[in-house]
Amino acid sequence: MSPRAAWRLEGLGFERVYDYVPGKADWFASGLPKEGNLALSPTIGDAARRDVPTCAPVEKIGVVRERVRKMGWDRCVVVNKERVVLGLLRDKELSSDPKAPVEEAMRNGPATFRPNEPVGKMAQRMQDREATAVLVTTSDGRLVGLLYREDAERLAGVQT
Amino acid sequence: MPTAIFRDEVRRLVQEEGAQLVDVLPREEYEEEHLPHAINIPLKELDRETIARLNRDARVIVYCHDYQ
Repeated sequence: MSPRAAWRLEGLGFERVYDYVPGKADWFASGLPKEGNLALSPTIGDAARRDVPTCAPVEKIGVVRERVRKMGWDRCVVVNKERVVLGLLRDKELSSDPKAPVEEAMRNGPATFRPNEPVGKMAQRMQDREATAVLVTTSDGRLVGLLYREDAERLAGVQT
Repeated sequence: MPTAIFRDEVRRLVQEEGAQLVDVLPREEYEEEHLPHAINIPLKELDRETIARLNRDARVIVYCHDYQ
């Protein structure tokens, strides 16, 4: 639809016309601001904990475990320098060989969800699948935060 | 020829160049959710009369839902 609109505008005499090809789906999935009647509906981006610990794939499990536990967490997200999610360390992986590099112990390619997902639907999905937490990333894979089911349920409860 | 752009360039053009954002989706979809400061000119209504709202001297960025 937007390519046709862009060509139409050029045909009507506009000289500097741009087509944002991925459109609003891409914009909202990146957690960027929006306006409109649904703009204030809670999303999982609102409920995700952004202070979740992160580590690099080359760090040692023992070093990461100590840091994560000092922070009071039981999991850590493995990211690269661009904060793109590469893997996840849950309690089980954090308890593995302390001398091993993270990339050998991490759970590869964890499921991720976009921050513009309605929180009510996600709370239901997490209940159905008995998931305690899910990762929230932008559409290009950058970490937004970790969403706990209890946080999603609490925010969804406020919504109803 | 219109230039295809992506998110970072949209942000830059709006913030630094004062580009105008035009949502070409139907009015109901625009009213639900749209990009900040975007105006709505549905594709079916795009003509000489409706584009009179746009500044011809500024850049114009159009968008719809996704790769439609």
